[in-house]
Amino acid sequence: MPATRPSLAVEIAGLKLQNPVMPASGTFGYGEEYAPYLDLNRLGALVTKGLSLNPKAGNPTPRIAETTSGMLNAIGLQNVGVSEFIQGKTPLYRQLTTPVIANFFGNTLEEYGEVARRLADIPEIAAVELNISCPNVKQGGIVFGTEPTAAAQVVTLVRKALQKPLIVKLTPNVTDITVIARAVEEAGADAISCINTLTGMAIDVKSRKAKIANRTGGLSGPAIRPVAVRMTYQVVQAVKIPVIGIGGIMCARDALEFLIVGARAVQVGTANFIDPGVMMTIIDDLEQFLVDEGLTDINQVIGSFTG
Amino acid sequence: MKNYATIILSNQEISPAYFRMRILTPGFAAVAAPGQFVMVRPELGLPTMLRRPFGIFRTGCLPAECEGLPPREYMEILYKVVGEGTRILSELHQGDRVELLGPLGNGFDLGAPGREKLLVGGGIGLVPLFMLGEALLAQGSRVRLLMGGRTRDDILALTEFERSGVETYVSTDDGSFGEAGLVTKVLERKLRKYPDAEVYACGPMPMLRAVADLCASLRADLQVSLEAHMACGVGACLGCVVKGVGHSEATPRYLCTCKAGPVFAAAALDWERATVASDGCGGECK
Repeated sequence: MPATRPSLAVEIAGLKLQNPVMPASGTFGYGEEYAPYLDLNRLGALVTKGLSLNPKAGNPTPRIAETTSGMLNAIGLQNVGVSEFIQGKTPLYRQLTTPVIANFFGNTLEEYGEVARRLADIPEIAAVELNISCPNVKQGGIVFGTEPTAAAQVVTLVRKALQKPLIVKLTPNVTDITVIARAVEEAGADAISCINTLTGMAIDVKSRKAKIANRTGGLSGPAIRPVAVRMTYQVVQAVKIPVIGIGGIMCARDALEFLIVGARAVQVGTANFIDPGVMMTIIDDLEQFLVDEGLTDINQVIGSFTG
Repeated sequence: MKNYATIILSNQEISPAYFRMRILTPGFAAVAAPGQFVMVRPELGLPTMLRRPFGIFRTGCLPAECEGLPPREYMEILYKVVGEGTRILSELHQGDRVELLGPLGNGFDLGAPGREKLLVGGGIGLVPLFMLGEALLAQGSRVRLLMGGRTRDDILALTEFERSGVETYVSTDDGSFGEAGLVTKVLERKLRKYPDAEVYACGPMPMLRAVADLCASLRADLQVSLEAHMACGVGACLGCVVKGVGHSEATPRYLCTCKAGPVFAAAALDWERATVASDGCGGECK
């Protein structure tokens, strides 16, 4: 056994994280849902459910379906709205040492700006993650994430509205993700998280109907991991700002794939539903990996890809 | 509530496509309330990843086999094989390991002691009613179970209900067991005889809608236990929502079946626009 434990600490856009593991937005509620199952203070960061200016009802049910090694969802960004979030959810965050990253979106450019302004002065929110990539709503979200000019426009607006570290979450549902990545970097993003879900569809062969009411949904889970690793690798090459890798991470080995290709941190999504304690296991196993490899710092792994 | 890996004590087919699984659950019986549910999946569960929700049928305790060893607490689920997840579970054996999260959700309100209680179960919907029946009997209420199914194969565990002291009435759509016809016909008769009765129902959504309509028209108090597709079971994924009274796009009133339910007062739900994803999910979804 080494005399000192290896360091898992990483830094993203000035945000100091004790380890690189955080939940993906929408898979961890507002944090309170999982508080009975794990110590929130052990997480690298806590990422909230996506917030909009007004409460949002979300899509009709059924909203979820399991597919081969994956899960389709079309929740439709149901959330309590930014005012209720600030009033009802942030008191919990005051008790945490883990930094909280608020994920948010808007239906219009103006709404993006307004939510950003509301979050700007909330001390419990350490950073924001701008969602321009949800595939499940007609307006907003992905409209801004698939076109570089629109993506740059919304990032510029949000950048002006608040001083906190600004992470932009990208969609994989584009021809070339590096074009969008460069556009948001130039517009002032401090970091990029990639990827959001891949648009997918599943059919009930007896009824001949789609398995979810929205017909199409976002595919997540281990089925998308190779795509996500590839896109993370591409984005890391394309930009200078830090990248957070997301997509089908189930264990430390999966997380390491993203870190090795250059992601500075990772987000765990669907796996939280399967095992509420999975992020704790991943953190422990990352530390064990460093010990086994004779390394002292997770930063020795980040970007260590050898081709 | 706990999240743990544990072992199967037994897993048997009790009627065509219906299984009864007994799982070792130390420290569980004392905290599980009637109407709560658990999320279960086989350990190393691929090719299905997500846990499946199941109503808790009963809890119990096996006597210690040797002096000095603690008694073994267990929980039982009854489920119907309706998809890949339940098919895989049905092929597990004694000693196989499962991951279990629970007990989850809100159970039944036991209501006023001494009042007539009518339990209405459709097919696998009888699952949460057994513990409820026991609890209602323990508080001194008279309990009647109205059990409906398509055929006699869908009528389960009647003897256990009777042994516990619950009076049972059976109806099947094809008349192969008990009275021919829908369970709501029996319910209407009983409600006219016991107008003060409190009603508890669990089963497929068309049955629950019919029960809700009937109870509303006869002004009977009704609680329903809903089934829904769930990913997390703890209110994080928002996949299992149902519309509450007063729901609209402008004023969303989506309630998580897992966290606000699975038991709801019927009056709290928007039955006009109820779209819970329960069709055909049988025991796979609580």
